[in-house]
Amino acid sequence: MATTATVHAHAAPQGFIRRYIFSLDHKIIGLQYYFLALSAVFVGMLLSVLMRVHMVWPTASIPLLGDIKPETYVMLVTMHGTIMVFFVLTTAPQGGFGNYFLPIQIGAPDMAFPVLNMLSFWTTFVSFMVMLAAFFVTGGAPNHGWTGYAPLSAVPSAAPGEGLGADLWIISIAIFCIASLMGALNFITTILDLRAKGMTLMRMPLTCWSWFITAILGLLAFGVLLSAGILLLLDRNIGTSFFVPGGLNFTGRLAFPPGGLSSSTTPITHNGGSPLLWQHLFWFFGHPEVYIAILPGMGVASQLLSTFARKPIFGYKAMVYAIMGIGILGFVVWGHHMFMSGMSPYTAFSFSIMTMAIGVPSAIKTFNWLGTLYKSRIRLQTPMLYAISFVSLFVSGGLSGPFLAQPVLDIPLHDTAFVPAHFHLIMGVAAIFGMFGGTYYWFPKMFGRMMNERLGQIHCILTLVGTYAIFMPMHWLGEAGQPRRYSQFTELAYLQKLLPMNEFITYAALITVAVQFIFVFNLFWSMFKGPKASDNPWEATTLEWTTSTPPPHDNFGGKTPVVNHGPYEYSVPGAPKDFIMQTDPPTAPAH
Amino acid sequence: MGLVLLAVIWLITLISSYFFVAKSWFPHGASAAAPWIDHQFTLTLVLMGIVFIAAQMALGWLAWKYRDHPGAKPVEYSHGNVKLEAIWTTLTAILFVGLNLMGSHVWASERFEPAKPDAVKVEATGAQFAWFFRYPGADGTYAQTSAKDISAEEQNPLGMKMEDPDAKDDVVSGVMYLPVNREVDLTLRSQDVIHSLFIPSMRFKQDAVPGLAIHMHFTPTETGDYELTCAELCGLGHYKMHGMLKVVTQGEFDKWLASKEAEKQ
Repeated sequence: MATTATVHAHAAPQGFIRRYIFSLDHKIIGLQYYFLALSAVFVGMLLSVLMRVHMVWPTASIPLLGDIKPETYVMLVTMHGTIMVFFVLTTAPQGGFGNYFLPIQIGAPDMAFPVLNMLSFWTTFVSFMVMLAAFFVTGGAPNHGWTGYAPLSAVPSAAPGEGLGADLWIISIAIFCIASLMGALNFITTILDLRAKGMTLMRMPLTCWSWFITAILGLLAFGVLLSAGILLLLDRNIGTSFFVPGGLNFTGRLAFPPGGLSSSTTPITHNGGSPLLWQHLFWFFGHPEVYIAILPGMGVASQLLSTFARKPIFGYKAMVYAIMGIGILGFVVWGHHMFMSGMSPYTAFSFSIMTMAIGVPSAIKTFNWLGTLYKSRIRLQTPMLYAISFVSLFVSGGLSGPFLAQPVLDIPLHDTAFVPAHFHLIMGVAAIFGMFGGTYYWFPKMFGRMMNERLGQIHCILTLVGTYAIFMPMHWLGEAGQPRRYSQFTELAYLQKLLPMNEFITYAALITVAVQFIFVFNLFWSMFKGPKASDNPWEATTLEWTTSTPPPHDNFGGKTPVVNHGPYEYSVPGAPKDFIMQTDPPTAPAH
Repeated sequence: MGLVLLAVIWLITLISSYFFVAKSWFPHGASAAAPWIDHQFTLTLVLMGIVFIAAQMALGWLAWKYRDHPGAKPVEYSHGNVKLEAIWTTLTAILFVGLNLMGSHVWASERFEPAKPDAVKVEATGAQFAWFFRYPGADGTYAQTSAKDISAEEQNPLGMKMEDPDAKDDVVSGVMYLPVNREVDLTLRSQDVIHSLFIPSMRFKQDAVPGLAIHMHFTPTETGDYELTCAELCGLGHYKMHGMLKVVTQGEFDKWLASKEAEKQ
């Protein structure tokens, strides 16, 4: 395999543009993805703050933006979800950390296809620009939610944002799919072809396993979304009827506010399409997407827990099989998003059972994380605080799953605040805690300096408390019947009673957002002013810690690492230190 | 830091658990299925609650107990325990699948069998941004509708074909009236985008999908006024697409229907 690796090595680039802009180096591309996601997360967060403020103070005027109209609110809902899911949760853990550390952790000089790697980043960048452009066209960004349910998304006269904005949204996502397919191909090939001598699959760090399975999910899922997006574009623009049935009426007679929509009837000439077809295609992608977002976080959490507990991960093999199990089952549960959709009630049974089944590998992971901590010796440094918080959030977000997986409980809970509570905790906040943990952990390797510990710890604790304060109460609001995606709660008597709790959530959100500036400050300040980092500041075992800080262009300075040990050999009895690096000579007891 | 983290995780767990059980957040249930659904929810809440508290407490405790400090015990080197793993996996599988099977009869009873023959027929139609309820009258048959016959001026929001003899006794109302303790045979339709009829107190929710006529049934068991709303994002006015369900006695229901018929003449 080492010979294959040398074939893919390329000379170090000259000049700023080749080095930092159109770079072929996976490390630079990883950072590009990371900073793209960092920009996107602040856009997404700003949108969510505007939503929270409008929800509880609907008449409040926002500085620079003025009043938020109902159509503006649903636009915020759509763009918050889309930007967070695609450009943050899909981009940072896989494109960012995966790109940077996967080749180093398996002992490769670069990704298998460096040009394809560069292309996939710049395609993602174009996709993000097209997505942002949707804000600035007539009618604004789309109103159909990140799930884009047809016919709302398929008929331009259905809502103010369903004009050019919706077309741009679909085009952006189609471009994103292409970028992700290129990326997935590259990840899979790299793992299969470029592992260093001795790096068997079962010696790979769990981060690599999670990036591997995530790439396979991406390869299978994004193709389906791409097709669905193309069909939707055709429905919108050339009059096909994949998702739009006949006999629709959009007279705008009840439109709000008066004159907001064209009052003349747009003749709907579609016939024979099925709105449920869109939902099946979308969720066939959409559910694996959830695991694309969270699996890398689970990999990082495993890596950090073992490293900072100074103990091998509990049940490495079980962890690998659990990732595979989640990946496979993730493709057969999409129907649990559709229990109330009008699909056959019989199919709900099978989707429900499969969904419950996917809880089992998730439970295995939690059990093994706790098992790793048992009788360990935990160094409570910032990355570890994030890993422990990740487990807490994963448990909290995971345990609302068995409620929503039961069709009968979906009757009261579907499309209420209970659902955002569930998925924000598990795929939003937990995944982002995985990214924070990864940032604090790998920052010294990426930038050669340490981040500030005290600021990191304060940031972690405050963010943990803040996100729980935001999302825990949403469970209770959901039980009480508060629907999702409502721009204000003024219209129904039972919702007005829930206003104080909604105000509490808004305050918690404002504070939590403010706390994120501690992170940003720490990140950029430490980049220039942090204390210099050694090659292996955390005394970790995996290959990225065997090379210099930051790593040279070909990762290992012309040497090819040879792997003799598993990834998590901490506190091995009889060993001279409390960790055995993967490349250490095999004299020490090997496992 | 270990102590802070332990305190934070334990506090969050205790406060959250308190709020989950301090009160029943569900609105008052007033349908035949409500007690069953609520029971299944409570059962799930208790079981998941036990796992939640146990896992969070253990996490906080482990983080504190095994923190690195001068007097800390050496690490017990181990790669795991297959037996424990198997036990835990089996228990979780039984818990999750068992829970699922227990709740399934409620789902089946409202969906796998049609409504009883004596059920009161109602058709709910969603349109941006209002709900319309149609009663078929004495003939028990709804008139045909068509998008091009929809007209606000002629008070024909559903676009009924007026030449259809079935149209004569069809009553359309913005308020949903139902007789108490009698099953309702509900047909859901939509004129434009997907809506979802959500009546929290009835523990009822079902999407109304354009192009489909979806049949559902439920039985209100208490008289009273219950708010109903839309639960599927349907456009800019989603938040104000609401209405009222009035559950009345059979006598009052008949009287209301008769007065609506009289209005039409």
